[in-house]
Amino acid sequence: MKRVYVNEKWCLGCHLCEFYCAFANTGEKDMAQALKDLKINPRIKIEEQNGISFAVSCRHCREPFCVKACISGALQANDGVITIDKDKCIGCCTCILSCPFGAVAVSEEGVVQKCELCVQTHEGTPRCVEGCPNNAIVFEERG
Amino acid sequence: MQYVIIGNSAAGIAAVEGIRQTDKNGKIIIISDEPHHTYARPLISYLLLQKTTEEKMKYRADDFYEKNHCQVLLGTKVTAIQPEKKSIRLSDGKEIAYDKLLLATGAIPFVLPVPGLDSVENTFTFMSLDDARKLGKALHKKARVLILGGGLIGLKCAEGILQRVGQVTVVDLAPGILSSILDSDGAKIVQDHLEKQGMRFKLGQGIKSLDKNVATLDSGEQLEFDIFVMAVGVRPNIDLFKAIGPVGKGIPVNERMETSCPDIYAAGDCTESLDISSGQRKMLALLPNAYMQGEGAGINMAGGEAYFDKAMPMNAIGFFGLHVLTAGSYLGETYSLKDEYGYKKLFYEENLNGYILIGPIEKAGIYTHLIRDKVPLATLDFDLIRQKPGLMAFTKEERSKKLGGVSR
Repeated sequence: MKRVYVNEKWCLGCHLCEFYCAFANTGEKDMAQALKDLKINPRIKIEEQNGISFAVSCRHCREPFCVKACISGALQANDGVITIDKDKCIGCCTCILSCPFGAVAVSEEGVVQKCELCVQTHEGTPRCVEGCPNNAIVFEERG
Repeated sequence: MQYVIIGNSAAGIAAVEGIRQTDKNGKIIIISDEPHHTYARPLISYLLLQKTTEEKMKYRADDFYEKNHCQVLLGTKVTAIQPEKKSIRLSDGKEIAYDKLLLATGAIPFVLPVPGLDSVENTFTFMSLDDARKLGKALHKKARVLILGGGLIGLKCAEGILQRVGQVTVVDLAPGILSSILDSDGAKIVQDHLEKQGMRFKLGQGIKSLDKNVATLDSGEQLEFDIFVMAVGVRPNIDLFKAIGPVGKGIPVNERMETSCPDIYAAGDCTESLDISSGQRKMLALLPNAYMQGEGAGINMAGGEAYFDKAMPMNAIGFFGLHVLTAGSYLGETYSLKDEYGYKKLFYEENLNGYILIGPIEKAGIYTHLIRDKVPLATLDFDLIRQKPGLMAFTKEERSKKLGGVSR
């Protein structure tokens, strides 16, 4: 299965992936319009310090602790993609307690959110990868 | 191959998913004394809070049993295991044969024999959907509710009903609330928060006696109430196994979830687990452990190889928007931080042993990972990670494995 992988040395720390992610999840057509005055809360997030930067988003683990630990059944693996059913989620945050990458977070609606590889919003390559100007994140099969 | 699973909650369902990873055809029979489609048990407080519905709180979709070719016997009680015949007996006398049997019988509420309990008319426990339905029906705007037990169950129940009744008072023998997962500083923060919402507490004392709708506390103080909830804790539901094998704090199992009886497995709240963060065997009545044990049991029952050796306490709980995440054991040196946003306490030696987070909980799972995988703190930037969990604190090589390697 194709996943998002990170090439840390090529990350510019430009945060464009975060903006593309936020845009993809607005469901709007025009990026500038969609993000105008919006305080973004993307599912991919840059960690940065002392000149080092890299993007972190869901790894779509084969043994997903978040799914196993989910007390409501809201997190499920569908053909390898870990998705969240926001209607079922009650925001207990057991997944945040479980994710070893820190890739699940609380959303504005009081439930949790995470990268779903744009399967709900955008066919093909996830928007964050499309928008990365330096191939610091790639969408590929690595076994 | 005929698999029989007693229990229709997290561990039982996980076992089905475990079995079906390798055996697509074997017959699976699930038996539960509850009459309901599998539901997310910890969500019963959210049901009373009206943050979910019975439909939404189904643990798996309506077609789960059908898709996984399971025969389901709901509202059916198992009365005995007959290991010599490799069968179980139901309350109606029928027998069902098994090749592999899983006990996923969960836990049952512990009922403290308080003198006078029999005289109380409106008394409830809080463990099942039926408990929640009954309690929900009894609630009214003027009801005075007395909850015995300021632990996870008692306080989630209190949160669930607070806005629907006149008052809620929680009594607990421990000096602080949530005494199984919080230190005194943490307990104080959460208690203040709950008091601001209108909850009342009588701590450091038990109930000496009950007389109809009056409770007399150890201090002599008397409290009138309309509804009484017993929430002092749970005990493993081990009666079936007790008749055929030795039990400890729960049903003893090895890392493959095998009991001492051939072809009989156990998983979830009915077992006792080795807590890797303290090295002690204990009952860990937690959904994540139940799932992982159940899944492992299922894989092994179907002839696969799965080892579950990562059990430890971990709890994510929240009250009126305040998140409380804890994991591991509270042993060793401590690092703590308290500010206007919340509270953090880490417990560590060479490894991280445990943590308490109240309020900010971002990336808490990275701390859980350090405990679960016994990551030596010397291999990472501990000064950084103790302030802010993140992958930045790991070495570049380790990060490259985590973010560029094949997923775990």
